[in-house]
Parts: sequence; structure tokens; C-alpha cells
Amino acid sequence: MSLLSKLEETLLCLKAGRVTLPYPAEAKPLPEKFRGRPIFDAAKCIGCAGCANNCPAREILVYDVCQEIRILKYLGRRCTYCGRCADVCPEKAITMSQEFENGTGKIGDIQQRLDLFMSTCQRCGRCFKPPSLLEDLKMKGYRFDDLENERWIFRSQARLEGDDAVDDVKIELD
Amino acid sequence: MFKNLCQKMFGRSLWVYHANSGGCNGCDIEVLNALTPYYDLERFGIKLVGSPRHADVMLCQGPAMRSTAQALRRAYEAMPAPKLVFAIGSCACGGGVWFDSYSVIGPVEKIIPVNYYIPGCPPRPEAIIYGVAVALGLVEKKTAPVQFKELELPIPRYHLDDLRGKDELVVYEKAEKV
Repeated sequence: MSLLSKLEETLLCLKAGRVTLPYPAEAKPLPEKFRGRPIFDAAKCIGCAGCANNCPAREILVYDVCQEIRILKYLGRRCTYCGRCADVCPEKAITMSQEFENGTGKIGDIQQRLDLFMSTCQRCGRCFKPPSLLEDLKMKGYRFDDLENERWIFRSQARLEGDDAVDDVKIELD
Repeated sequence: MFKNLCQKMFGRSLWVYHANSGGCNGCDIEVLNALTPYYDLERFGIKLVGSPRHADVMLCQGPAMRSTAQALRRAYEAMPAPKLVFAIGSCACGGGVWFDSYSVIGPVEKIIPVNYYIPGCPPRPEAIIYGVAVALGLVEKKTAPVQFKELELPIPRYHLDDLRGKDELVVYEKAEKV
């Protein structure tokens, strides 16, 4: 009886055939909604630090090295690939890629670092993203008149003739 | 003769010991998944053993906790000399999402030296196999640090010496980019 059942089991096992995947040689296609490592796009990023505020593992660091450059650092050590940074990004600069083969000997291999140019606030001296396209162009060196040559041109040399402007307005003091 | 043959045949067979120091069991299940017939890790000679004294490789899952740090340290010291440590999962690599909790010390590398890191929460069984294959030298590692650096400042710099008068305009000759 027991021999028969064992033979039956052998038959079942033979029927299944080979199921082992030849993994490191060739990969199985991933499911479509699989989230792997987030990839940061420096061209689209505006440095709003929404991803850093929303990261549950606090793995995205944002800091300013000077008044113009803001650095965004993704360390990726304890990143759980939850996708909240990609969700909150207003410019869609973060995409969740399907990369998962991240095994390395050095933990620094996973990190990504972006240097971003920002405008400087005239009041507090800290970085901010220029709100308009015109200011964005000014950041790139364009000035009012000579757009082709990217040169600074004084628009007017006009001065007030005659008396100094100081006494123009007379303020009556009590 | 037999010893030489054994060394040739079993030179790259790793016996792994799997140490969970306070993880959520997700990575444990993925490691066991990698040992099932689907992703058959035993074709690389990798075998799960129950005692650190038999093991060559320690698979660490979960962060180093206050309560388990001593035990982890002792298990590491119990392993015979050529030993590797794999940190599997984001808890073991970096401390996990509860890295700043009072009972969590941090990543396992604060307690024991770690040789290979496999991030992911949990990593896919393929990712674990890939990490092991990187360690065995079967495949090249794919990740490299990425850095986007802006070399040219976009704001031109002007000097007063370069001021030139042209008719009614005053033009800066050199618009040097910093």
C-alpha cells in the first residue's frame, strides 16, 4: 500500500516537470506594477523638498551648500520603495523604476545626488525656485535687451539735470 | 585525494545561517522562497543550516535591536573564520523605517561587519539570488552611485574693467560664466 502511494507521488512529481527558473542567466518578466528603486531626474527637479518631507524612512536629504545650490541626496539604504516621493512630486521628476537587482558590496552604490540651481531670496538669503519663466531665464544669464549675446546692457544712462534730487520733495516737519 | 576533490567540488558552496534580529519576517519568507524549487539556490551549493557554527555566511534580517544585539554579536563570533555577512532588506541595510525608535540601534553593521548589502523591503527572491551571485562572482553588480553635478553656474560674472562704452550703450565685453 505504502509502496503504491509512493509510486503515485513519483508519478505526480514527474508530471510537473522542471519548475526551476534559470534565474541569474535569464530573468523572468516582472509584474507591471512592480516598484523598484526610485530614479531622480535632475532636469525636472525644482528642489521643493516635498519628497524629503514625505519620505517615511527619512532617506532623502535636502540641504543648501550656498545661496545658489541646493543638494538633494537620496541614500536608499532604508528605502522601502513605497513610492510616496514619486506620488508627491509636483514635476514628476521621480519615477519608480523596475530595478531591483541592487545587491552590492558597498552601500554607497545605491545613493543618488542632485545639485540644483536655485534663486536666492533677497530677504532671507536662502534658496528658492524662481516662480516665473522670466526669472528662470534671468537665472540663466539673460537680461532685458540683448538676448542673443547674453550680455548685460545698461538700458539708460539718464541722469537728473540740475539740482540734486534730494531736495525735490520738501517734507514739512512739525 | 578525497580532500582535494572535496575542496574542488565544494569550494564555492556556501552554507548559510539565517539570523533574524527583530525584523518583521518578510525577508525571512523571501529567503525561504529563494530556497524553494522555483528559485533553487541549492544549485549554487547554498544550503540552509541551523547553527552558526556550521555556517560560512550569515544572512541578517531586521535591524539591530537593543534586545538582540548581544545575541547577534555572539552568533557572529561563533561562526568559523572565513565568514561573510549579508544584510538583507532595508532594515538590515539601514535600520528600517523605525530607525529612530528607542529599541532600534540601527543597521546591523553597527554590531557586526557587513560584506554585502541587498536593499529592498522585502527584496525579491531574485534580488537575493542576484546579491549572492554578485558575491560568488557569477554576475557583475549593476548599481553605481549617480550624481548630477552642475559644473557651470548659470549666472554670468562681470568685472568693472570690462566695461566698454559704445555710442549710447555701455556693454560688458566679457560675460564670463562662473
